[in-house]
Amino acid sequence: MCLGIPGKVIEINTQENWAVIEAFGVKSKIYTPLIEEEIAIGDYLMVHAGYAIGKIDTEEAGRTLKMLEEIAQIDA
Amino acid sequence: MNIELSKKLLDQLIKLSGSVSDKLDRQITLMEVCGTHTTAISKSGLRGLLSPYMELLSGPGCPVCVTDQTDIDRMLAFARLPGVVIASFGDMIRVPGTHASLEVERARGARIEICYSPHEALSYAVQHIDKEIVFLGVGFETTAPAVALSVMEAKALGIINYSVLSVHKLVPPAMKVLLADPELNVDGFILPGHVSVITGRKVFDFIASEYGIPAVIAGFEPIDIMEAISLLLKQIVDKKAETINGYTRLVSEEGNIRAKNAIEEVFEPEDASWRGFGLIPESGLVFKKAYAGFDAAARFPVEVPYASPPEGCSCGEVLKGKIKPDQCPLFSIVCTPADPTGPCMVSSEGACAAYFNYGDE
Ligand code: SF4
Repeated sequence: MCLGIPGKVIEINTQENWAVIEAFGVKSKIYTPLIEEEIAIGDYLMVHAGYAIGKIDTEEAGRTLKMLEEIAQIDA
Repeated sequence: MNIELSKKLLDQLIKLSGSVSDKLDRQITLMEVCGTHTTAISKSGLRGLLSPYMELLSGPGCPVCVTDQTDIDRMLAFARLPGVVIASFGDMIRVPGTHASLEVERARGARIEICYSPHEALSYAVQHIDKEIVFLGVGFETTAPAVALSVMEAKALGIINYSVLSVHKLVPPAMKVLLADPELNVDGFILPGHVSVITGRKVFDFIASEYGIPAVIAGFEPIDIMEAISLLLKQIVDKKAETINGYTRLVSEEGNIRAKNAIEEVFEPEDASWRGFGLIPESGLVFKKAYAGFDAAARFPVEVPYASPPEGCSCGEVLKGKIKPDQCPLFSIVCTPADPTGPCMVSSEGACAAYFNYGDE
């Protein structure tokens, strides 16, 4: 129930505050009034109970991955 | 994600865990608070791989599991009311109440609709104005905003046959109860990623600043969890305690303001009863006066006697991290996912179900 699903935005309706996202090949209509930032096609949203609760910062995700790569290089 | 990187990280983590437990000359205990972490840790095999060095305990992070037995019975009483349709997330359907479950009530003729979101429940209400739709509002800070928005929309549209039984729970007050327990023997916390998307990092500062225990907010990929565990181990060796945000791609300092505003518009905090914990101050959400018309508890005042948990079930102890699921005498003998005794074996995020499905080794 608390499981959030990240999905890629493939359609947006800003007037009615919804978007269609695709996750694991499944498309679903979700609601976006909780997202303050602008949403664009190709963005990733975290969805919970039918509502997007956060936009995934792909730049941050890239930074995290880089940091992890660095950790993995260190000899313990 | 990146398999090569995961393997390298896992190697590093195992080495790090070994050197930390050598240094401290004891096993480390970490607690994952969120049920989705519990499942991810069991499923990925991390629990077993790290078990020589550390114990990964599960906490009160499954909303279905922490729902009080009396609240389950109240849901069943609603299901028996004529003209009422129960709308619920699927996880609640098989949770055993004192004398039945929603599934059993459905077989006896009750109308129960499984919904993916409260929005769906509201749409159902719009289409069936001759029926009373009661949505079961079970969940943490992540679910409450969606429920609040459905209630705000119902009010704006003038819908009067939609109401919500709010048994929502707030995570920080439960963490305080855990931390105040003198028997708690936890070196660090893996904090729930999606609850933190809403609440923000800052609300969890007290874990480190008031109780001196390190905490890290983690995402749900095995790689995220491994990162969080390394960040905790580093703090433990350095004798530091901070609440670190390990999920910056989604979690901010202040959280999702719109979501917090939605909760605040409709609900206010009140003391709530948790399975295993009893009453926790300001840990639940009740309707504000302006939205009292949508409160199912007030609209359908059914008499529900106080209910004790199922005989022999140790869910309360599991949720407080006092025992591991396989230490419950009923685990896998009497209680299985096919025939569950308690909610921890029913919910997909329940610790007992995770141990049963993936083993703990
Ligand atoms: S194994 Fe079953 S009876 Fe035991 S604590 Fe878990 S859910 Fe309850």
